[in-house]
Parts: sequence; C-alpha cells; structure tokens
Amino acid sequence: MKPAIFEYHAPTTIDAAIGLLARYQGEARLLAGGQSLLPMMNFRLVSPAAIIDLNRIPDLAYIRNENGTVRLGAMTRQRTVEFSPIVAKYLPLLVEAIKFVAHLPIRSRGTIGGSIAHADPAAELPMVLQALEGEVVARGPAGERLIKATDLFQGLLTTSLAPDEMIVEVRLAAIPAHAGCAVEEFARRRGDFAIAAVAAVVERAGERCIKARLATAGIGSTSVRLTAAEAILERDGLGDTVIEEAAAKAAEMVSPLSDQQASVEYRRHLTRVLTERALRRARSIH
Amino acid sequence: MAEPSRMPYVGRSMLRREDRRLLLGEGQYVGDLQLPRMLHAAFVRSPMAHARIRSVDLARAAAAPGVALVLSGTELAQLLPTIPDHQVSLPSKWRTAVRHHILNPQQALLAADKVRHVGEAFAVVVAESRYAAEDAAALVEAQFDPLPAVVDPEDGLRPSAPIVHEQFGTNLICELAVAKGDAEGALRDAPHRLQRRFHHHRYAALPIECRGVVGAYDARTHSLTIWSATQVVHWVRREVAATLGMPEARVRCVALDVGGGFGVKGHVYPEDLLIPFLARRLGRPVKWIEDRHEHLMCSCHSRDQIHDVEIGFDADGRIRAFHDRFLADCGAFNPIGSGAMYNTIAHLIGPYRIDHFAAEAKIVATNKVPNAPYRGAGRPEAALVTERVMDLIAARLELEPAEVRRRNMIRPEEMPYHLGILYRDGEPIVYDGGDYPAALEKALIAVGGLAAFRRRQSEARREGRHLGIGIGCYTEGTGAGPFEGATVRIEPSGKIFVASGACPQGQGMETIFSQIVADIWSVEPEDVVISLADTAAIPMGFGTIASRSTVTLSAAIHHASERLRKKTFAIAANLLECGSEDLELRNGMVGVIGVPGMAVPLGKVAQAARPGWDHGRPPGVKAGLDETYYWEPPTVTWSYAVHAAIVEVDVGTGGIKIERYAVAHDCGVVVNPMLVEGQIIGGTVQGIGGGLFERFAYDSDGQLLTGSLMDYMMPTASDVPDIALAHQHSPSPLNPLGVKGLGEGGAIAPPVAIANAVADALAPFRAEFNVTPIMPEQIVAAVRQGAVKNTHTQLGVQP
Amino acid sequence: MPEPITVRVTVNGKRFEQTCEPRKLLVDFLREDLGLTGTHVGCEHGVCGACTILFNGEAVRSCIMLAVQADGAELGTIEGLAEDGEFHPLQQAFHENHGLQCGFCTPGVLMLALDFLRLNPSPTDQEIREAISAVLCRCTGYRDIVRSIAAAAGKMRTARTR
Repeated sequence: MKPAIFEYHAPTTIDAAIGLLARYQGEARLLAGGQSLLPMMNFRLVSPAAIIDLNRIPDLAYIRNENGTVRLGAMTRQRTVEFSPIVAKYLPLLVEAIKFVAHLPIRSRGTIGGSIAHADPAAELPMVLQALEGEVVARGPAGERLIKATDLFQGLLTTSLAPDEMIVEVRLAAIPAHAGCAVEEFARRRGDFAIAAVAAVVERAGERCIKARLATAGIGSTSVRLTAAEAILERDGLGDTVIEEAAAKAAEMVSPLSDQQASVEYRRHLTRVLTERALRRARSIH
Repeated sequence: MAEPSRMPYVGRSMLRREDRRLLLGEGQYVGDLQLPRMLHAAFVRSPMAHARIRSVDLARAAAAPGVALVLSGTELAQLLPTIPDHQVSLPSKWRTAVRHHILNPQQALLAADKVRHVGEAFAVVVAESRYAAEDAAALVEAQFDPLPAVVDPEDGLRPSAPIVHEQFGTNLICELAVAKGDAEGALRDAPHRLQRRFHHHRYAALPIECRGVVGAYDARTHSLTIWSATQVVHWVRREVAATLGMPEARVRCVALDVGGGFGVKGHVYPEDLLIPFLARRLGRPVKWIEDRHEHLMCSCHSRDQIHDVEIGFDADGRIRAFHDRFLADCGAFNPIGSGAMYNTIAHLIGPYRIDHFAAEAKIVATNKVPNAPYRGAGRPEAALVTERVMDLIAARLELEPAEVRRRNMIRPEEMPYHLGILYRDGEPIVYDGGDYPAALEKALIAVGGLAAFRRRQSEARREGRHLGIGIGCYTEGTGAGPFEGATVRIEPSGKIFVASGACPQGQGMETIFSQIVADIWSVEPEDVVISLADTAAIPMGFGTIASRSTVTLSAAIHHASERLRKKTFAIAANLLECGSEDLELRNGMVGVIGVPGMAVPLGKVAQAARPGWDHGRPPGVKAGLDETYYWEPPTVTWSYAVHAAIVEVDVGTGGIKIERYAVAHDCGVVVNPMLVEGQIIGGTVQGIGGGLFERFAYDSDGQLLTGSLMDYMMPTASDVPDIALAHQHSPSPLNPLGVKGLGEGGAIAPPVAIANAVADALAPFRAEFNVTPIMPEQIVAAVRQGAVKNTHTQLGVQP
Repeated sequence: MPEPITVRVTVNGKRFEQTCEPRKLLVDFLREDLGLTGTHVGCEHGVCGACTILFNGEAVRSCIMLAVQADGAELGTIEGLAEDGEFHPLQQAFHENHGLQCGFCTPGVLMLALDFLRLNPSPTDQEIREAISAVLCRCTGYRDIVRSIAAAAGKMRTARTR
C-alpha cells in the first residue's frame, strides 16, 4: 500500500508551518513522528494534499524543569522522554506510561506533541496529560494560547486545536515526591493500544487522601478524568472499601466503545478492575 | 554402502548453509528481483462481499501517468480460461472407497460476472511503478449491484440462502462421509453420553513475506520464466503452460528465497497465471508483490470448522462411540478441494482406540476468502474436538484428564495399529510405530509433573489465583504422496549434484539434504550441490506441503543413489580392473575394500562415464553418471506428539498467561536435531497464536473487519513462554532413512491444550471452552456466570 | 506533480544522493533507489518490524518513514553489519543458535538487536523477549532468536572489555 501523491513542505520555523496550515485550509497534515500518520496514508485512509514536515524546525524538542513545571517541546521523541533524568525525577507516571507505548522503534520517532494532537483514544500519553492536569501550548496565526487537558480532547481523534494551530509545548506539573502513582493497562499483547487503562495519582496525608486524579485510555472515545471517583477518594480516603466504591463509580461514569477487541460491558468491567488495581498500587507507593 | 567408520552427518545439528546469504542481507526474495524494463502490477479488488459487476470503466485509469495496461475480468475472459478445479487430484483408490460428492467452483483469474468475496480482484493495472499502479487502480470506476452475502455456513445451507455459485443451485459444494463399526448402535448402548458443539475459527498462515510473482517472456525462444514465492513450482508451471497454451518445456518456474509459506503459498493462485500472461502480452517483465492489506483479503484463510459431536463412553472413561458431523466454511472458492476436511476426518480418532466411529463433513461456500490448508491442514480442528472430549469425559467422571487419555490410548505393543479407515491417499491408515503413553508422561514431566502441579494449583486457589493444566495429543500422517523426484548426478569435479522439485521456505533443506547425500556418498556436505524449487532442474516435482519433503525427497535421493552407485561401481571396476563387489565408497572416492591405495575419485568416474572417444565405461553401460528417481510413497508415515500447557488466568481482566509449555514429539529418525526443534517451536507458537490471538472476523455483510495487523493479532515474543521439548524416536518402516514429517505438527495441539488449561483453571466456575480463540472477555463472562451458577447451587435455586 | 526531492544520506558509512518523489517510503528508497534489498517489507503499516533499520543509531521502522526524512541522516542496514565478509558477533550468534529460518524478518531483528544491546548490554532473557516483541517472526517461535541475542550479548561484552 503506497501513499497517494502530496505536496511536500519542510518549513524551518513554526510560523512558516502555521502559515502553510492556513494556506491549505485543513487539507494539509503535520508530520511529526509519523508513526500514526504514515500507516493511515499507506492505507490511503487519509490522503492529504500536502505534508508539512516539522522535523526541520530547530528547538522544538527539549525537556526543561522550570519552577516545578516540566516543559517538553512538542517534537521531543518518546524515546527521549523515556530515558530523560528530568522525567524520571519529576514525572514517574510518565515514565511508567511511556513503557506501554508500542515498542522501542516507534518511540524512536514518535513525539509527545504528535501523540497528544492525534488524540487516539487508546493512546497512553493523552491519559497522562489528563491525570497530571497538564496543558499544551498551541500556536496559531493569532499567537499562542494554553489549552488545559480537560479542554483539549473532544472526541475520537479530535482535539480543540484549530485547523491552523499546532502544539509547540506540553506542560506537566511535577508530581510531588510524596504522591503515589500507577498505570494499570490491559492490552492483548505487550505494546498494543490499551483496551482499557487507568492512570492514578494520589496524595495522602495520614489516612486522608488530599488529592486523587484518575484518567483513562482505551475505554471511551477520548481520555477522560474520573472526577466523581476522585471525589469519593478525596472525601473518604484510601481504604479498601472506598477504593472499591470509587472503582464502581468509575465503571459507572465511563462511556465505553465497542469494537473488535472488546464490548461495552467488558470495557466497563475492566474500568472497575483496573481502577481498583491502580489505586491499590498508587496508595502503597511511598 | 559407505565406509562404516565415518561419523554420519545425519543426526548432527549441522549449522545451516542457507544462513550466510540471509544474514548478510544477500538473500533474494521475489520482491528483490529487478529486471530491465520491468513493470509493476496492482489489482483492483472488490469492496463488496457479493455483488454482480454491472460495469467496469477503465478509461481514467488507462490514461493515468505511467500506465502500460489496464484489464478487467470481462476482457480477460475473452483471452484466458479459468483455473482448473482441483489442483490436488484425488486418487481413484480414495474416490471409489469414500462416500463423497464434490462440486468444483471455477475461479476466474479476474472476476467478470460477480464478485464473491471482499478482496476478489476484478481488474488489474500495470504501470511503471507500484505507486503509479495504485494511483491508477484508484481511478477504476466499477458499478456493482449488491447481493445478500452468505457469511455463516449454517445459514448458507438454508433453503432461502443466497447462492454463491448459481450454477450449482446450492452452497453445499462437498460432502464426505466415513464410518467404521456401528457408531449409532454403540452410542445407544453406551452407559454415558455427551453432546457438544465445537468451533475452530478462521485464521491463517500469514508468513512475514506476502506472495509475489514476476513474469518475463523471452521472444527469441518463446518462453516464459516465472519467479513466484510458491511452495509448488511444478504445479505453477503446469497450470501456466495449460492456461497460456504453451509447451511445459517453454515455461520455467523458480522459487527464490521464500519468506515462509506454511501452506498458504502451497497452491496456484490466479496471480501466478495472470502475471506471466501480462508479461507475455506486454513483452516486458511484470512484477506483482502482494501487500499485507491484500494478503489478508485474498491469500487463503484456513480452519473454520463447526463440529457437532455425540460421544458414548463407559464408567471408566473409555470411548465407545464417536460421531462427528461438521461444517467447513470454505469461502468463495475451494482450490484444494476436500483436502483439509478429509484430513480432519482421518485424524479425529487420534492416538486412541475407538472402534465405532462416524464422521460426516459438509463443505459450504460462503462470501469470504477461500479456505486452503495451513500448517496442520484440518488436524487442529480434529484435535480441538477429540482433546476437549477427553477433558469433558474426565470432568463428568471426576477423573484426571491425563488418566482418561491413558485409558483410551493405543499401546505401543499394539503397533502397527490398523485404524479401520482410509487416508487421503486411499490407503488404510496404519499407525506404524510410536509410544503415545510415554509421550504423555514425558510432556507432563516436562511441565513439572502432574501431582506437583495439582498441589500448586490448590495452594494458588486458596490465594485467589487460578492456574490450570491442559493437554493436547495428536497423531499426524506425514510424507504423503503422490511422489517426489530427485536427480542425483556426479560431476567431473567430484561434486554430487542433486535436483528436486521440493520448495523450501525456511526449513533448511539445502542443509539437511547435503547431510543425507554426504552420508550416502561418503563425501563432505560442502561437496553436495543442491538445486531446489526450479522446474528447469528436474522434469517432474510435487512440492513442499503436508510435511512431506524430508520423507519423500530423502527416499527419492536414496533410490536414485542406489541405482547410480551400481553404475558408478561398474565404471570404477572397469577403471580399477576389479569386480564391482570388491568396491566401497570412501571419502569422495570409489575404492577396493581393504586396499587403501586402490581407489579412484568420483570425479574421475564421472569423466570416464562420458560419451565419445576414449571413455572408460565397460560394454553395456550407458553414458552419463546421473539417475532420476520419482519415489511414490506406499502411504503416509505417522508422527505424533503430546503438548502440555500450564496457564494462569487473571479472573479480573480475563488475561491469560502461559506459564509453562512442553512438547513431547516423535518424528522418527532425526536428520538435524537443531532444525527439528526449530520447526516444532515455530509451529507451536503459530498454534498458540491460533488459540489465543489470531482471528479473521467478518460482519453480517461479509465485510472483513480484520484488514490490518492491528486487528489480526499475531503472537510476539512476549506472548509465548520458553517451550520445553522432549523427544522420542520411532523410525518409520516406510522409507529408507526411517524419517517422518514434522513441519506442521507443532501447530496442531496448542489451541486445544490451551483451551483445556483455561477450562481447568476455571473448573470452580464450571466453565467450558469449546470455541477458539479464547478471548479474555469470554473468561470474564464465564467467571461471572459460574459465580452465579455456584451461588445458586449453594442456595438450591435455579438460575 | 510535486517537485522531486533530493535525498543525501549516508548508509553503512557510504554516501548516497538520489532524487525521488516526496511520497517515496524510506524502505522503498533503500530497496529500489539504492539497491539495498536486505531490508524487507512485511506489512507497510509499521507493525511487523521486518523493515527495521538504524536511523542515527536508533532502530526505526522504515516503512512508516518517508525517504525525505532521511536527508542528512546516517542509516544502518543489514548490509553494513558484517565487515569485509566477516560476521558481526550478532550474525555469528544467529548462525550458531539457529536464530533464523526463512530469513525474512532477520534483518529487522538484527538491527533492533543492535540498538537494544547498546541500551542494555547485559540483558536477561526476559528483557530480550520483551525487546524483540517489536518484531514479528512466523518461523522460529522466538526461542532461538532469544538464545542468539543472549549469546551475542555475551560475546559483545567480552569484545568490548578486551
């Protein structure tokens, strides 16, 4: 399967890239890692009029810790994230999640910005953005704006990015040292997209849970926060029965999809099981 | 024959001579072929499962950049006939003895009137590059009148079903029936009975190299060369010659390095005929390399049988009666006829004593990809049935499944054992040796022992963990006829040249046959020159399917060599002025026994054998030093194995982990132990894939839902454990080396071994797994239902 | 028709310059334009790993990259593994441990193994299994691939310390 013909552009500035996006009015695609885009193009599931290759724009890949916020350039390779000392120190949830992302050769090319912008419902990185209440910096012809995770993912493969906007940076608040985090994922084989996954971050103070964040992947058409379940934990703590109740709530809240891999009921069941397991692990990490 | 003090090469784990070029990236697969002025083909394939083709407009495609030719099925129908029906002919011995009724749907090289499955080609584009050909293919405009699709074989048999091949008026394109004893009577009289339905689903070989064909026509000699990633070069040549109206002598088919076959490349496909036709028509070489998306929708699928069985047994678990009625979903065409399905019938009895047996098969056409043999070829379906039955009997009688098997197994002292039914070759099945109970013990020991496991299982259950053990046993007829040929020739250089129509796809044939020839002729393996998979090298050949090449080619080489040795000795005797009876082969020479200095190199004998002046042949000995022998096996020879699997089931997610896996295997005399192990393990992992991951899914409109490797999941290294192997050797009495086939065996038992293991793990939930693949969601459902069942049992309430 | 693009790339230490369509896949560029047919095509959607090569030292799937992305890069393919016809320890280990049968996935496995062993020179068998789950093999069942890589890792560690 070979891709259809397209015009090819390799801008060397972000503004040039945005200008091209505007010029093609939605008929062009950005090429970041290409690990999701090229397969679709090879199948001719998408045949853009133009490809705007971001790989020649300098300074779009970086990882910096600035005052407790880790800033990752959108073109930072997943492989770089995986082995980054800054990520290891401040974002252990991301380290754990990224190991579920496909396989090493995919991570050699895939980017953090690309994965988030692509918004595959079964991808792990959008789930991390949700769980850590992250933001992206989007740039368009009118300038830059911050988009919160909860405002970014709108539906299946759909974000709130405008057709002439691109992500330039991903921002994630450093996870407090006393917080516990865990990712529980169920997939048929190692490296597959999640059939269901739950990421949990909990901060406890004695018996109390001062902050709980739960996010999903693979279950519905986007990654979502399980806010009602979080509220139960923040109200009642991290005991076994509370966790069971929160997990049951999580299963109730989600809108699972049905596909080749799993039915709605099974995904709902997995939501409960994985939420419970993620919370049990997260609360025991200190 | 050869000097006795040499260490034989047969039996040694010699490293492979194929490796060097493959490891250097210098292998040559059909996709690597570059010929001057070569064009590239792309097919236009049906998006519909069942539809009449109203019109095909090629105008825009023909005008696209770089296009040399576009052709639709209607145009082609004027130029070429359809593929002949059964590529594997059935021997008259079988035809007269077995109740059967077979209809042959003919497959057009390009569909002209109707499309009958998603993926069936109805037009072809030839262009300067594959990229350009695909661009043009997208411009072909076709109008279809959709027809309702048949996607279920049971539905396909209903009176109101849409008919795939209207000329038959039915979708029932084959019926087979075999019986021994009185199954009905024995069933009636049996103290216990059980009835179950089993479904072994649709999956396939999926070699990493897809198919591919290059055709080149030479106008000077009016001859065609076809390079095809095929397992059957002589079949391709025969069909191309017949279809294109050319003498076979003007058609050559070669398979280069082939990246896996496993049966899916084991017959002639429409492209094998169409590409050479296009090359001749265009006067330029034409290349077609199948891509994976195509492969999933036009290279044959396999398995897909639904079995309804009735079993009668006694209080000791001994089977008294076995009646199996099954349907095979054969898709839109049936290139190998009843081959796999008759295999199923022939292998249902397995390693057991079953005196009253009946099986009836119905092969049903549906609007899916055609069904052809894949590693195991009907035997995995049989194993699923019989081995699940063993465990179901065990559950009913509260016996160990291994014990039920022991009680039913044929004992080694009963060998040779006459099964009472015929094999596909029309010969009565005779198990020619083996020790099934010993293999069962070995497999269980290799996974840590049964008693030890049961203790571990109880402890785990107390901790809320679910472990299970499952067994899968099978027998396998291998080395089938009708024949295989070998030419053995001694060169003036002293090298031994061997040619055969066997077609390797990774088995290491160049290595093992050089070992065999080296032993026969007392030369070094490096002195053996081998030509395989080339019709120019030997006039007739059958090819490599059905676990046959080690058996059939070694026998052909043996017999050719026997004859050639006599002639070699006659000429050597003439040169050495002694009697033939005084001679032996030693270290590349022919020498007088007991006289070390008196010997002549094989090369010198070859020179002396030449025709013309001053030759060295005695009177009456014809010129030349080669023999061609076509070995016709008396019948198949019987390999067997026992698989044992220990699994852990996560009842929360339904996830299955295979903790341990063992195979106790017997393939007679082993030529190269390292390669044998590679075959068994490779087959076993494919079988695990079939049991747990791989699945073709269609929707009710006949749309293929699994059109990429994201959806059709193959096992990776993380999904399979290390596999322990134990060996037994019961040499075959049916061929000179005593070898048995082994290429397919590994894939036969894993699905049922895993099904049994999962059922064993979930025994507290009284779950059964009679349908493959075993999916996590089914486990969660079984646990939920079982929990409900158990609760109601405790309460004494009906669910 | 879009402008053809020029790709200047170093492959196995040798420099190449070729023009091609922007849409040309990197694996096709290697096989057709550069004549390096050792890298194989198994799926064209980035799943099977047969097309794995080294891109600036990292394993990547060349069927889901465009040739133009390799402009200015250093690539490593199977053809560059042996030196003057002498097997690299990985190749030797695969030969001695029956790590290949049909050979179609093998170049991809070897390139992946090179990257993996640089990251993890002393892997456990389990780690090797996890790493090579990035490439599909239909012939070997993976056991002998794992053994081959484990054997190679040992030799390569010894060679480095010498």
